[in-house]
Amino acid sequence: MAAARRRQRLLAALGIPALAMLALLFAYPVLRLMALSVEGGSLEWYAKALGERLYLEVYWITVRIAVIVTVTTLLLSYPVAYFLATTTPLAAALGFALVILPLWTSILVRTYAWMVLLGRNGVINKSLLAFGLVEEPLALLHNELAVIIGMVHVLMPYMVLPIYAAMRRVDPDLIQAAEGLGAGSFRIFRRIFLPLSAQGIYAGCILVFVLSFGFFITPALLGGGRVIMIAVLIEQQVREVLNWPFAGALSTVLLTATIAIYGLAQRATSERAGEAA
Amino acid sequence: MSTDTMRRRHRRLRWSRIALAVVCAPIFLFLMRPLVVVFPVSVSSAPYLQFPPPGFSLRWYESYFGDPVWIDATIRSLVIAATTTLASLLVGMPLAFSLVRGRYFGRVLLDRLAIAPMIVPTIVISVAIYDIFAKLRLIGAWYGIALAHTILALPFVIIILGAGLRGLDESLEQAALGLGASRWQAVRRVTLPEIRPSIVTAAVLAFITSFDELVVAMFLAGSQMTLPKKMFDNIRMEIDPTIAAVSVLQILIITTALLLSQRFGRGATVMDVD
Repeated sequence: MAAARRRQRLLAALGIPALAMLALLFAYPVLRLMALSVEGGSLEWYAKALGERLYLEVYWITVRIAVIVTVTTLLLSYPVAYFLATTTPLAAALGFALVILPLWTSILVRTYAWMVLLGRNGVINKSLLAFGLVEEPLALLHNELAVIIGMVHVLMPYMVLPIYAAMRRVDPDLIQAAEGLGAGSFRIFRRIFLPLSAQGIYAGCILVFVLSFGFFITPALLGGGRVIMIAVLIEQQVREVLNWPFAGALSTVLLTATIAIYGLAQRATSERAGEAA
Repeated sequence: MSTDTMRRRHRRLRWSRIALAVVCAPIFLFLMRPLVVVFPVSVSSAPYLQFPPPGFSLRWYESYFGDPVWIDATIRSLVIAATTTLASLLVGMPLAFSLVRGRYFGRVLLDRLAIAPMIVPTIVISVAIYDIFAKLRLIGAWYGIALAHTILALPFVIIILGAGLRGLDESLEQAALGLGASRWQAVRRVTLPEIRPSIVTAAVLAFITSFDELVVAMFLAGSQMTLPKKMFDNIRMEIDPTIAAVSVLQILIITTALLLSQRFGRGATVMDVD
């Protein structure tokens, strides 16, 4: 009994260095930043952050882009995950490499590559001109579409992996039984795969939505200063305007929204798990 | 069931496979397209972004290797990433043990806190640390960036090590203890070798998290460039295709790191974490 207690005390002690580090370099700075936003006990920065049209526009753009990116990512990722989960091992390994490699490549590299592709003298415009499909180069860069394309590309692996993981958990005997009973592949997909992979879809969507919510690099570069998402706005407030209290208020808004989405998602998941049990 | 219906079903199954492949092929192309396009640009002879490249040249690789600013930034980023890897393992490994095996009060809270840097948007963490570090005069110090990166890498490290530890048969360790090994010996000789694949994966992830990190570095680096910051500034100003050469080099470095981790981590990948 005493040995067990000593062991627990030792285990708790092992967490202390990490706790100290997280407290000093993470919890304290973030709380301080939030405190800055209400300095002097006034809520003027929140009034500004939540009241002025200009900033409401930024939230609206952020939410709109996050929703479009999430839906597009899902539509592109689902067939890929299905393909990976049902194909031969060799094809799956190859397909996996294609999904994972971008994940491991620098976001900056990928963003730059999209600029090469979408730019005025970029690959796509050159091809369109060469085939005579357009008279003049299209403005593909520095707009919302470019930001969405870049973000979908960056976030796709985060959608494919959880969906794939959920599909792999589908019992192959179930498929065989359905086949044996004469179900066609579409029906097997609709009645077995889709419902059983719903958990993965859900996890992937939450992840992608929350990640795109706080995205900075892609909108900053592919948006060319014209697509202001909330993270870009925070950066501007700190680095260009040096308005710390306002940056603190915006950070609090972003953080609250992020945690709220996670919290709701977690509740929904545990409720569903409760139903299943 | 008659052979005829069997055959028909087979044909139908095959058609649906083909349809699926037709849907997936362009999506795979979409995923690979940006990675493929930087290769030709990096060996282009044109002084600005032009496609297709008018001729072959290695001038952008020369301009990278010949420019001390690029090389300094690369070395600084490598040092920061190595330090981050070491620090996040040194702090993360005991934490993972503590979280997986401990049953003490506050464990769940500590677990949440350690995962939180993954959930809190990086821009918020960056601005928050920037404020503190500016007061401590740590802006421009490479170890300041490494400290901040350690916070970002910690969630990955404890998720992966935690998964490795949970999958471990604790009776092996008990056996070592029973045979007279000290607790430290049991951990070092039995547990650590058993979870080596997880350690390698965690190390690779921590390294890449730092090596590829821009937002924190953008605030904390000051005039001391890191590689991502230098890349970001170059892309923003659209200077020249040196950035393409850097991209190719970075793709090669990361691929090598991954292959090494596959080799030494016995095939452990992120995918092992469900």
